[in-house]
Amino acid sequence: MAVSSSSSRKKLLLMGRSGSGKSSMRSIIFSNYSAFDTRRLGATMDVEHSNLRFLNNMTLNLWDCGGQDVFIENFLNTSTNQPNSNNNIFKKCEVLIHVFDVESKEVTKDIEIFQRVLKNLNQFSPQCKVFILLHKMDLIQISKRNELFQIMFTKLQEIATPFNFNITGFATSIWDESLYKAWSSIVCSLIPNISVYEKQLLSFNNVLNAKEIILFEKTTFLVISSTNNSLKNSSDSSNDLDPKRFEKISNIIKTYKQSVNKVRTNFTSLILNGLTSSIYLDVLNDNMYIMIIMDHQDNINDDNLVLENVKIFSKLFQ
Amino acid sequence: MQSASDLINKDNKATILLMGLRRCGKSSICKVVFHNMQPLDTLYLESTSKPTKEEFKSLIDLAVMELPGQLNFFEPSNFYDSEKLFSSIGALVYVIDSQDEYLNALTNVSMIVEYAYRINPKIHIEVLIHKIDGLSEDFRMDTQRDIMQRVGDELLDLGLEGVQVSFYLTSIFDHSIYEAFSRIIQKLIFELPALENLLDLLIQYNKFEKIFLFDINSKIYVATDSSPVDIQTYEVCAEFIDVTIDLDGLYETGAEKLLLEDKNNKPIKCISKLKNGTILYLHQMIRGLALVALVRIDNGDTSNLSQKEIDDNVKTQLSIIDHNVCVFKKSLEKMWESSRIK
Repeated sequence: MAVSSSSSRKKLLLMGRSGSGKSSMRSIIFSNYSAFDTRRLGATMDVEHSNLRFLNNMTLNLWDCGGQDVFIENFLNTSTNQPNSNNNIFKKCEVLIHVFDVESKEVTKDIEIFQRVLKNLNQFSPQCKVFILLHKMDLIQISKRNELFQIMFTKLQEIATPFNFNITGFATSIWDESLYKAWSSIVCSLIPNISVYEKQLLSFNNVLNAKEIILFEKTTFLVISSTNNSLKNSSDSSNDLDPKRFEKISNIIKTYKQSVNKVRTNFTSLILNGLTSSIYLDVLNDNMYIMIIMDHQDNINDDNLVLENVKIFSKLFQ
Repeated sequence: MQSASDLINKDNKATILLMGLRRCGKSSICKVVFHNMQPLDTLYLESTSKPTKEEFKSLIDLAVMELPGQLNFFEPSNFYDSEKLFSSIGALVYVIDSQDEYLNALTNVSMIVEYAYRINPKIHIEVLIHKIDGLSEDFRMDTQRDIMQRVGDELLDLGLEGVQVSFYLTSIFDHSIYEAFSRIIQKLIFELPALENLLDLLIQYNKFEKIFLFDINSKIYVATDSSPVDIQTYEVCAEFIDVTIDLDGLYETGAEKLLLEDKNNKPIKCISKLKNGTILYLHQMIRGLALVALVRIDNGDTSNLSQKEIDDNVKTQLSIIDHNVCVFKKSLEKMWESSRIK
């Protein structure tokens, strides 16, 4: 019993120096803040815990660690001086998300702290997955973003290798959809039975013959899984589609959710008969939404037919 | 002379003239409303040096003309012939910066109004009390009262009692600017009463709560039914257009964009159910317009109905609405044809 409860409970550490945007991220993804609202957030004191239920049986235990030097020193010192104390935040970690401010003046200090955090993690939770986010990318000129990211990422990878960590990096900003991409991959890495979802989606698509089917988590609207018809048929037709579409959809729907909140309600479904394709967004079960994109050209589109199919399919996911 | 210039403008082109002192926010208004620019980006706009004119195709062909603020308007100018200009416009929009000292602007506005009114008595005069986002809630009303009072006094001194001046509190950081522009543009639409009548009829035969006829590009509503406009409903409807257009745009490929002009194409339609039982309904109309409505579907006594029966009921209701909206669309097309001949 104890084993199963601990395995469904995931501990995520959100670290980084003060002002790098950690709490803003958390508020946007998990608390439905708009990017504009995050200005009101103050400094985080010590550690702020939040427990988030994700996909029914999984609990994300997010530790948002304050980034002032005092707090960081405190975290690092307690873990080295009293390795068994309860205050040791590095114990039993599943994921470390380390945030770097691209505009930071003291890059060497940022990196040094990252190094010390990794050292502690190596000691207390060596199986931890490490993600780095190069945040506030919107403040950099578009032409320079990629280069800057590459330089920073190679440097950080060099630092992580001695500690046997393989790191994954993302360039993010709260003002566009890049944030959703990063968090989607972070959260997906924690879902144990992701291959089951994929298999079921694929078989569903064989029935429906849709252009694309995407699964979303309900509260955060992060992408869990997707299947694309054109991928298996031919390689070139899929290239027409926007590679950032998943994040954009997350972003659009999240904004829509907030706007519907103004009339104090929420939405359950959306059917869009567009110019070239029909889009169906519906509740799949208690914690998932499904989005189906059907092409207009090669099949007779009957909204009811699609929706009935979704109903049948949703029984598989109960 | 007047009748002559009236004739020139019989081509159904409503023109709005945007005036105001320098740095009061005229270009920002233009960019935000008609070009979908982010309000924060307007901080970096250069000051406008020449009169600019832009045309927008909507239900009516709308043109917005912007005059540079630093221009001394009573000096003879190479840029424009002020007499001809004022006789050709439908509405004069004067922008006052409410965060600044506005006494200068008030003298300026009354002089312009006097001049414009003498040339063209049919002109609509609108005053935007702008940048109210920086004022506290109580102060806004005080400012509005103060400005209205002073403008009234100034016009009285100039001997213009009969002039109708409308005032709006606006800011580009919320929807008030769209609301104000919607009202202003509605005054220029000749067919507005007929349109409103049609929408009222549509509401009468369906369970609509509120209908807007939106211009898709600018989120300005050209008509709505006669029930009062609730700003929240407006915001939700306006943002629903964005959702529809953005989602649809994601799965559009280059080759298919060419089909956009094709008349036989099915119109874009979007339906979204909300938790409280209402439905957001969008249907594309002619000339870049979209009908967006809030529908309340009343199931009557639902206690003895199964979920399937409720679902079926909703489906039937939606089909009826679809049918009625198509009828509305046809009448809109007819109306448009006959108005063009004029």
